[in-house]
Parts: sequence; C-alpha cells; structure tokens
Amino acid sequence: MKYADEFRDRDLAKSIALGIRQEAHPGRTYNLMEFCGGHTHAIFRYGVKDLMPENVRFVHGPGCPVCVLPVRRLDDAVEIAERHGVILCTYGDMMRVPGTKQRSLIRAKADGADIRMVYSTMDALKIARDNPGRQVVFFAIGFETTTPPTAVAIKQARKEGLSNFSVFCNHVLTPSAIGHILASPEVRDLGTVRIDGFLGPSHVSSVIGSEPYEFFAEEFGKPVVIAGFEPLDVMQSTLMLIRQINEGRHHVENEYTRVVTREGNLKAQDLVSKVFELRQSFEWRGLGKVPYSALKIRKDFAEFDAEKRFEVSEKVSREVKSCECPAILRGVKKPTDCKLFGTVCTPDNPMGSCMVSSEGACAAYWTYGRYRDKARSPRREVAA
Amino acid sequence: MNVAPSDLGRRTGTVDMVHGGGGRAMTELIRDLFQRHLSNPILDQGHDAALLEASSGRLVVSTDGHVISPLFFPGGDIGSLSVHGTLNDVAMAGARPLCLTAGFILEEGFPLADLERIVMSMAAAASEAGVPVATGDTKVVEKGKGDGVFITTTGLGVVPDGVEISVTRAKPGQAILLSGSIGDHGVAILSKRENLEFETEIVSDSNALHTLVADMIEAVPDIAVLRDPTRGGLAATLNELARAAGVGMHLDESAIPVKGDVAAACELLGLDPLHVANEGKLVCLCEQADADRLLSVMRAHPLGRDAAIIGRVTDDEARLVEMETEIGGLRVVDWLSGEQLPRIC
Repeated sequence: MKYADEFRDRDLAKSIALGIRQEAHPGRTYNLMEFCGGHTHAIFRYGVKDLMPENVRFVHGPGCPVCVLPVRRLDDAVEIAERHGVILCTYGDMMRVPGTKQRSLIRAKADGADIRMVYSTMDALKIARDNPGRQVVFFAIGFETTTPPTAVAIKQARKEGLSNFSVFCNHVLTPSAIGHILASPEVRDLGTVRIDGFLGPSHVSSVIGSEPYEFFAEEFGKPVVIAGFEPLDVMQSTLMLIRQINEGRHHVENEYTRVVTREGNLKAQDLVSKVFELRQSFEWRGLGKVPYSALKIRKDFAEFDAEKRFEVSEKVSREVKSCECPAILRGVKKPTDCKLFGTVCTPDNPMGSCMVSSEGACAAYWTYGRYRDKARSPRREVAA
Repeated sequence: MNVAPSDLGRRTGTVDMVHGGGGRAMTELIRDLFQRHLSNPILDQGHDAALLEASSGRLVVSTDGHVISPLFFPGGDIGSLSVHGTLNDVAMAGARPLCLTAGFILEEGFPLADLERIVMSMAAAASEAGVPVATGDTKVVEKGKGDGVFITTTGLGVVPDGVEISVTRAKPGQAILLSGSIGDHGVAILSKRENLEFETEIVSDSNALHTLVADMIEAVPDIAVLRDPTRGGLAATLNELARAAGVGMHLDESAIPVKGDVAAACELLGLDPLHVANEGKLVCLCEQADADRLLSVMRAHPLGRDAAIIGRVTDDEARLVEMETEIGGLRVVDWLSGEQLPRIC
C-alpha cells in the first residue's frame, strides 16, 4: 500500500490544510463542485471537510453512474430479466437501486429472476460461455472509465462467436454533463447554485485526458483541476482551485499527473469509438435529457445490442414522490434538505439512487456524517 | 484419506437420499465417516444425547449455523470454521469450552470425498482446540434444496468464578483493544467466491481464540467486554456494543492493523476493511490502567501478536463510533447497510 499511503500522510495533510487557510480569502466563499462520486466518498471517508475552513464548501455533483441512471432504464433492465428469462449480469452497486414502486434488481432476483452480480465484463462473458442455452445480458453502466471494458467484451464476444451475449448499454459521458450543469438555469440565470470551480474526474480523465474540459473552462469561465481520489489529491486540488479563483484564472490544471495526460489513453479511445457511437440524446436522472451525452452500440455490432435483441414495453416509470435526488445531483440541494433523508430513506431502505452507492451524496452523508451537521461541530483548528 | 465408495456401500461416491433415511446407509455414513474422524470417549458412547460430567461455575451455551460459499477457502473450510466460530462465541463470554455438537444438512449429490475432507478438517480443528465433538445429527435434503453442506454447531462452556464479561460493563474511559489485523477472512472468502485473482494469496484468519482469552483473563480478570468481530466486521461489532451499552467510541485509524495485501484488495474492490468479516480476532474493553498489561499478554500469544490499542470508550450520548482518520479528519464509523457492494469505478 506504499503508493496509497503516500497520499494519506497526516503531516502533509496538515500542511496543505494550512496552505488552504492562508490562501482562502476570509471575505468570500469558495463553492467547489466535485463532479465524481469518488471524490464525494473520499471527502467523507477521510474527514477532509474537517480540515477545510468554513468558507471552502464542496458541492456534490452528478458523478455517480448509479445515481444518474433514470428509473426508466432500470425498469427496462428488470423487464428484460423477467420477461425474456435472460441471465442479467450487473455491477454490485446497481443491485439495490430502486425502480418504479421501489422494485430493484435485488427484489426481482428474490422473485426468481436470474440476476447475477459480476466484477468485470469478463465475468459476464464467462457466464455466457458456461450457459450456451441461455441469453446473457450485461447491464452496462458507467462513465468513460467503464466503457472500454464493455467494448472489449463486445469485441471478444464477436471473436468467440458468442451468439447468446448482448449488452444493455447505458454508458454516459462526463464533459457533456458538466457543460449541461453550467448551462442550467439554476447556475446561469437563477444563481441558486454558485459554482466557482470543479474538481475534475480522475479515472475518467485517465481515459479521455484533460483536454475535453478546456472548452467549457474557457466558455463558462470556471477553473477545473483534474483531481485524484486520495484525500491528499482532493486537498491539493482544492488549493489549486482556490489559487486560480483568487487570481481570476479559469484553466484546466492537472493535479493527477501520475495517471492523467492531456491526450488520455488513445488506445482505449480508439477501441471505444470502434464499438460505440454518440446517442443524440440520453436522459440523466437530475439533469433530464442531455444532448450527445451517452453512447450506444454501433450498427456494426448490432447483434450484441440488447436494446435491439429484446423488446421492452412502453410502460410509465415513476420515481418516489418527494425524493430530492434530482436536485441533489444538480447541486441545488444538499442531502439533508430532503424530507425523506434519514427518515424513510436510508441505505437499508433507499428511496432514491443517491442513497445506494457509496459514491452517492446521500449515502456518504448518512454513512459518514449524518449527525454531525445537526448535533455538533467537530470542526477543529489545524495547527501549523 | 479418501472414502472409497464401497466403504459406505455407495456406488456413486456422492451423498444420496438414503444417507438420511434412517436405515443401514445412514448408520454406515455416521460410523464410517463422522465417528471415524471425530472419535472421542463421549461421542463413542453412541447415545443420541451426550452424557457430560457436571462442573462448577456458570454454563455458557452458544449455537451457530454455517452456510458459507465457497466451502473451501485459503486458510480453512466450512468444517474448521464451524468449530472456530462456535468456540469463539463461547470464549467471548470468558468461558472455557467443554464440548461441541454438530448438525449436518447434506445436499443429495454432494461428493463424499469432499464431505470427508470437511469432517477431517473439523476433527483437526476440534483436536487442536482440545474440545471434543460430543454428539451430532445428519439430514439429507434433495438436490437443489441445499448448497452442498450446511453445518450447525453448538458449544458448551464454563465461566470461571470471578469473571464477569458483559456488554453492560462497557464504560466511558475504557480502552479498546484489538487482537490483530482485520479483514483477512472476508477478503480470503471473496477472492475465491468471485474468482478474483490477487498477486498474493490472502489467507483467512479462522482460529479458535479460547486459549488467548484464557491468558487474557488470567492476567486481567476484570476484563469488561469481549467480542469477536465476525460478519459486519469491526464496525458492526463496535456499533452493537455502543448501542447496547449506551456509550460512544473514539478510534484512531492509524492504530488499527490491516495487512498490506488486504488493504490493497479492499482498495481495488471499493470495500472498507472495517466492514469486512473476521474469524480469528477479538475486541476487548478494559480499564485504561490494565490496557498495557493486557496488550503485552495478548502480544505474547501467537493469535494476538499484532494486538493494538485502537481507541477508547466515550460518553457520547448519540452512541456514535467515530474515528480520527489517517489524515487527521474525523468520520463516523457506521454499520454496514445490507451487503457491502463493490463500487463500479
């Protein structure tokens, strides 16, 4: 764990925290949106908030792939599993996300659907090989990080002639979502969400590079710092953002240089572009329909596209009334602003997607800090 | 030692329904497999109920069902686990274990060779612990109605006079001690269950802790609380204690031992070692004045050599388990919600 330990050093954390206190002007507030759920998780998991001055605030963004999947797509996955009798393979986080009438994949499994949790696309392929008489569908979700492995699985399935394997594709794209947030009325016209800068995605950027963020950093005048997921990465990136804001700059800077380059992983990008193409529009939970924000499987690989292989009915999907996940995902509300938070909605009985994944803002608030905002303030001074 | 099918009068070498039918096949299975390996004077009496000498002190009884998948894992199997798990439950009351009972539910079609491997492992674990399996039961269910083998074990033990280990004795100011590294068992199981490959093989910490407990009690008879942090991990155990005793806990993350390969596997899978299961570790609450002495006794025992003082009991009315993180922040250590699910990215 040498590599990780270096980014959790207590003395270094103290020193960066002191730097942030010195740089942050007491007369203003710094609202920094961490787009990625991985950052949200790190901020709570390591108590990064405690080391920040009051005027440096983290706004949790929509960067959790589980959280942004609309109920409709989840309902479709349940229907594919139940109506067509397939083996539906999915990553762990998806299992407990509630669909219409609180129906999740785990409940469908309990009712008899053959739904299996996998750790990688290769596991799904193995299940297809081991069950030649059954259709196997991989429920693909995630940002640019998880897209290349899905592309590999599709190409491998073709190579092996696996006619019983297909992918229900829900891969979404980060830059278009960030652009959409900045163009939203809340940010642009109403000013209800002030965002002064972004902690940019780390794993995603290792694939697409830092270059795709340059356009909107310039267009919207908001600085972006590509930040790793370790606590010191988050703190150092916060310091870099504060410096840019103070200096009136709005550039894309890269804190995560040990992994991310400007160009990204060209081989992975090439692979993805061979298998997938842009969707004209895709619905995001919380953001609504976002143009060119998701991928679909190219016609060349249509035989592996579950959307073409299996029909789903045009039923109406419904989210739980009063669930504030959509507003929380846009940074308009905090988890504790939701009436359901901690009452009927808990990780044991989630009403909305933000309470499911450990990267979801509500789950992070609940797990690591639910009492603290109300009951007491353990914020401590950082000694020199 | 493999069981030849002829030994049990079976053609297929697998468990079938006649093994549970109460006839000759069942008697042969018990005699040639269970009794052969688990033999001891009490079991060999051949009664349906074991006859034990009464002893002084207070009796402790604990029962535990084992339904683990996979049945065999690095560092153990369901057989040894069923011995260790129940002995530890007895030991956590401060008791000296007297004997175990074992109930087997076998699924039709389960290989007899695998069953023998499990029973031999159980026998070895019981022998090493010095605790006999005094009586047992066998049932067979139809194929598809079980998962190979389920084992239920019950342990009986005696608490020495003067020992009063109870959650009600948890009090603010006490020290929290942990006997060694956390997460080994859960990650070992996971590595086999999901066919995950790690560079180094992570081995379960499955072990019987009663001799460690005996040494601890001898050194500090006034130990307040003992618990083994199994399912739900250290986080669940401490939250249970905090809730039951009406106290809070304050932990120091940098003092909690986690092996490098376990930490790396948890990082990779997005799991928190605090939530991962253990089968050979204990948590102990004692007065601060006794903590250092107890720690040195624990470290002198092979099963406690990585023991550490990881925090203290607080008077927090909200009964929170809090932890100062590696970087100096503070976080709540919560219960695990449902099953710990790996993150997507």
